[in-house]
Parts: sequence; structure tokens; C-alpha cells
Amino acid sequence: MFARQPERVAQPLRFVLDGRDVEGVEGDTVASALLALGVRAFRHHAATGEARGPFCLIGACFECLVEIDGLPGRRACLTTLRAGMRVNLAAMDAGAVITGR
Amino acid sequence: MRRVGSLPTLRDAYDLVVVGAGPAGMAAAAEGSRRGLITLLVDEASGLGGQIWRGLDLSSPSPWVRDGFALRAEVEAAAVDFAPSTSVWHLAPDLHLGLAQGETARLIAARHVILATGSIERPMPVPGWTLPGVMTVGAAQTLLKAQGLLPGGRTILVGSGPLIWQFAAQCLAGGRAPTLFLDTTPRANRRLALRHLAGFATSRYARAGLALVATVRRRVVRVAATEGIAIAREGGELTVAWGRGDARADLVLLHQGVVPNLQLALAAGCAVVWNPARAAFEPRTDDWGRTTVPGIAIAGDAGGIEGAEAAEARGRLAALGVLAAMGAIADGERDRAAQPWRRRLARARSGRAFLDALFLPDRRFRLPEEGTTLCRCEGVTAGAVREAIAAGAHSADRVKAMTRAGMGPCQGRMCLLPVIETLADARRVPPSTLAPWRIRSPVVPLPLAALATLPSAEAAEAAVVGY
Repeated sequence: MFARQPERVAQPLRFVLDGRDVEGVEGDTVASALLALGVRAFRHHAATGEARGPFCLIGACFECLVEIDGLPGRRACLTTLRAGMRVNLAAMDAGAVITGR
Repeated sequence: MRRVGSLPTLRDAYDLVVVGAGPAGMAAAAEGSRRGLITLLVDEASGLGGQIWRGLDLSSPSPWVRDGFALRAEVEAAAVDFAPSTSVWHLAPDLHLGLAQGETARLIAARHVILATGSIERPMPVPGWTLPGVMTVGAAQTLLKAQGLLPGGRTILVGSGPLIWQFAAQCLAGGRAPTLFLDTTPRANRRLALRHLAGFATSRYARAGLALVATVRRRVVRVAATEGIAIAREGGELTVAWGRGDARADLVLLHQGVVPNLQLALAAGCAVVWNPARAAFEPRTDDWGRTTVPGIAIAGDAGGIEGAEAAEARGRLAALGVLAAMGAIADGERDRAAQPWRRRLARARSGRAFLDALFLPDRRFRLPEEGTTLCRCEGVTAGAVREAIAAGAHSADRVKAMTRAGMGPCQGRMCLLPVIETLADARRVPPSTLAPWRIRSPVVPLPLAALATLPSAEAAEAAVVGY
């Protein structure tokens, strides 16, 4: 869905997504790293059960809430990705998370 | 500039607290601290630049944020505290601010506050706008500026406004042409915009803007005056249907202009007025950006959409106003220092009226249809809102109480304008007769653990339980 521009070089950063080792880059937010990995849906709506993904990426819409290092409800778009971070989508709700992977 | 990485290292009180580190906030903080004010600049993002210059202080910023380099150097050289990754969750009329950084919270006092909270994209509540893979054009542009990410697959741009043309051109420059541009700008707008043509033709927007439009028109398939957009998802694929066709996409990007981000201003009780030319609320301010709440000024796009260059001027003017109010400079000096910025502001504003008229979004895309989700957080449809209005909910606050629209984590940032316009439409009154709903602290959701870090003082109790 999103592709990194080849001329932009950045150090790879390894982090953990739902228990699996994955890779983002230095300068990523959690949201940008997930989008670059092809993840579209970050959670399910608590009331309707619909899959939801990031929408505004500036911290206004609160659609990109994920669990980061054990803390639920963090805005992925405002959280700088760090090496070794543990990001959980599955923990946000009971339903399966749809990804583009 | 001192980067404040942990809230306990903040001072208890500042002469000036500037909220938002885009062009307006950076200019206000630089101007205020340069002339002696003990100044704090706060932003939710991890660095300077705001949305327009997102990624400005990365080690290798993208070429799209070059215009911000001078102001970045000025702020970095200034004696200013900068608290990145910090949310302001409380602003009281007595100028106490509640800040949060991760799991910690802190209350500080300010003698003056300048809100440079910028803009948010106007919601475009079409059927399917909550589906994963549907985002805003601004969101995609943020990924380009800060992370160097461009849409990779089939991308459909939907909507209206200068930003959508700019982003289409940026995609082309990156070798990733959008598949389709469904342009929802109503044809009738062109005639309405013509009366402002003189101001536009001589503005800096004209030449750059027209060249950009020409490039995009030549290389992107565009459907003009599109009506009746609906997005659906089948399997892993998105389909966008419009009146006369449909197309498949991996990513759908919506946009219909930007509107002031007034969440904190509303929480503090600043008066706002409806601007019919822009179909949005704007704060009531004077020449120095001062709001109706003493000590609180607003600068930049949060005061009304005018763009980055005007925002910098507005930031300088607001800081000069604060400096004079505090007696740091005489009124005469304030007025002299303001002159070049007033000239720049006038230059930057010329051409805006044309753009406002040309890109005022079609009412049909501002007023969602019955079955369409209006409040994303609570999953409330436009039909449910109309039912509540028919049952007597005659104000935004009553609609909120009856339907829960505006009660979710975004606290009505996304759905306020569609609720107001739906109310106005259903009741057949102008939106100017309606008030936004009341915004209460905390204006961003706050972990209880963070609240627990607050000392038990009177101001803390007021911030948490209301004042």
C-alpha cells in the first residue's frame, strides 16, 4: 500500500509486532512502520466490530490506537518507533486483525 | 533551545506557553524568547515543524519542508524550552495548563498562552470512509514528508482543494502516479471564485499553482465535478463508485480542505464565530490574535486558514502583543516591530479569498447521507443524528447527549462540523446561530497512571474534576 522511496536511506529498526520480529526504519512512527509493512487495520471498533485503520496520522482522529509496550490505547501516529518495541494489535480486541501481508 | 525530555524538568511557571510547533508556534516562541520572555513551546509530535513542515528536524529532512529551515535555525538558537511528544490536555481560563508525556502528567502556570494548534482536515463523510485503506490526503502527505513513504499500489484521490493537487504532483515527482483523481469541486464554484480573481492573479499562489495544476491534469486521469461517492470493500480490495463509474483501489485518499483545530480554544472558553465563506468555526480575535479569554491568543491556521507564510507572521504578531501586554516592550515599539509582519501577512493573504471560494466543498459532501457514519468513534450514523434532531435535540450538546456523537476518544474533532451542518440543515437555520458543543478537560484521553502522577493541589483537582 505504501512504498519507501529508494533515495531515502535510513537505519533499519527491529521491533515486535504481535509476537513476530519485524522491521521498520529510524524516523518511523509506529503507524508508518506498520503501514510500510502492509498492515491496514490496526484494531476493531469496540461497539460495531468494524476493522479500523489509521486515518489522519496527525493525532486528531484516534483511529490508530494500538498497544505499545504493554500500554493500551496509544496513538501509533504520534509514537516514535524504537528498537525492540512490542506492538500488539491482537490485544486490542477479540477479533482477528486484517492485514495486507 | 532546550529539549524537555521529561516533564519534571519543566519550570512551574512560564511567561509564555506556545502550543503547537508549526510555523506560527515556532515564530511566536522565537520572537517571545528573543525579547526576554521565559518561553515554553509544546507539540504532540516528536519534533519541530508542525504538519506543513513535518520531519523538519530529522537528520535528513525531506525536500518538501525546505521553507522551514530558517525558522528552525532561529528556534534552535533561542533560549526556549521545547517539549516534544507532549500533549496539552487541559487549558483553564486562569492559564493553568495540563501537560502529558507518555505516563506522566504535569500542571504548569502561564502568564500568557498562544495557541498555534493549526488545522485538521475537514472530514469527508462519504459511505465507506471508515474502512481500513481509506485515509486522508494529508495523512499520506505526512508519510511522504516525515518517512519518505509514497502510495505504492492503485491509489484513488477523492475530493477537492489545493492540497490534493499538490499531493498528486508529489506522487508524480516520486514516480508513483495516482490511478485516478475524482475531483468533487462543484462547477458553480468557478463563477463564485471569479470575483476574487484579481487578488489571486497577482498572488504567489497563481504561478506555482497553475503550473502544478497543468502537470497533474496532463498526467493523472481526472473526473471533474464528481458526485455520489461511495467506497466499499470486497475481500482485500477497495472499490470506489461514483455517479458514472467505479474503480478498484488499494488505497483511497480523501480530502476536502482544512479547518481550524480549536479543541483547546473551545476548552478554555474562547468565543468562536461561524465563517460562511469557509463553512467553519473560527475564533474571535483582534489584530494581535487575542481571543475573548484574557491572556490567550491564537495564531496561524487555528485562527482561520491562511497558510504557512501568514502563520509565521501571525505568530510574530501574537508574540509582540504578549510582549507589550507584559510591559517588556512599549506599545510604540510593538507597532514598529509589527509593521514588516503586517505587510507580509497582507501579501500572504492575497489570493486566499479566491481559493476559499473555488474550493468550498460541495454541501452534499459536508452533509452525510442517512446511512453514512457521521461520528467515527461512536459509530453514529447521520440518520441517527437526524432522528435525535427531529426528537428535539436542537443544539450540538443535545445531539451529543442523545446520540453519543462526539463522545468518543477524538472528542468531536472529526464530527463537530458535520453535526453542526446537519443541525442547521434539519432545523433550517444558518449555522451561525449554532454553537459548538462544550469541550471539557482532558481534551486528549489521559492514562489514569498519568493523572496519578499529579500532585494533589487545588489546580490539579480543578483540572480533573472541572472548574
